[in-house]
Amino acid sequence: MTERVNVGEAILGANDRLAADNRRMLDQAGVFSLNLMASPGAGKTSLIERTLAALARSVRVGVIDGDIATSLDADRAAAAGAEAIQVNTGGECHLDAVMIQPALQRLSLDSLDLLIVENVGNLVCPASFALGTHKNVLIASVPEGADKPHKYPGMYRGIQALVLNKIDLLPYVEFDQAFFQQGVEALNPGVVTFPLSCRTGEGLTAWLAWIEAEVRQFRQAHPRKGALQQP
Amino acid sequence: MHELSVTQSLLEIALRHAREAGAQRVTDLYLVIGDWSSIVDDSVQFYWDLVAQGTEAEGARLHFERIPARAICTDCQREFAPGGGSLLCPGCGGSRLRLLAGDQLHLESIGIEPVPQARAHAESE
Repeated sequence: MTERVNVGEAILGANDRLAADNRRMLDQAGVFSLNLMASPGAGKTSLIERTLAALARSVRVGVIDGDIATSLDADRAAAAGAEAIQVNTGGECHLDAVMIQPALQRLSLDSLDLLIVENVGNLVCPASFALGTHKNVLIASVPEGADKPHKYPGMYRGIQALVLNKIDLLPYVEFDQAFFQQGVEALNPGVVTFPLSCRTGEGLTAWLAWIEAEVRQFRQAHPRKGALQQP
Repeated sequence: MHELSVTQSLLEIALRHAREAGAQRVTDLYLVIGDWSSIVDDSVQFYWDLVAQGTEAEGARLHFERIPARAICTDCQREFAPGGGSLLCPGCGGSRLRLLAGDQLHLESIGIEPVPQARAHAESE
């Protein structure tokens, strides 16, 4: 005879608990963190390079780079001046809290202000796996097309900031901005959006100002010894 | 494929509840999965056969209950099924929606075979 036992548990509950541990570790260290997600080629690494270069004197940045294989991205982040750690997922299409934990232990969190996690290039699932980071950021790019919010609603719902990269290509590429905005607005009303171009630098100022403000605000809520360097 | 880690979590949850219930075997898993949760049933089934091997849940049947996406228009309060290329409210054309259902990823319940009382008693003596 079989019996039915009620479970009623979220299948990703174990990951969520580990993510909460990661969050505590970052809170205690006073490190504000971003989970950067995008499809392959949208410009995650380029945006990180630009951000590192611009913030070099005001914010100390660590980078965790998730990728299926290779350390190409971490090498680029390190070359741009960050303490960078590569996490190879060996085929998994996303980072999860389990992969982040050992990387956090290897970083010198006490001497960082900001941690940027570069997730695996994928629009399907990364937003479903909490890492423990403070804000999820999605980078969309003009050549991908304007239908992506409609096609990947989970990703567009699970973010707190949106970057639209490669706006320098708008005159050359068909991109229905109204349709894109409509999808974003439906899924994530009022989400803070940064249209920019990593190539030309247009629009970067607003993005950088947002990060600096977020880091400062976070540090006020999570103070620690060694004040944030003033720009 | 993220279904591998999802399926490993699924196994861990099922085995833990089976142990707590004193079961000797897990026979069934009843899953509730929303259409917006980015999960492919066939992939879960594929990985399930691999990860459950050699455990008390080997051979257990997976039952998938699919939940379609339902949203409410925050302008006119009409309920509708978003998707198919449009996220606009079919009533007023409003563009702000709140998802009511469709992003679940739950293990609702499991079927177990309890350890027979008589035998459990005999074994403990």
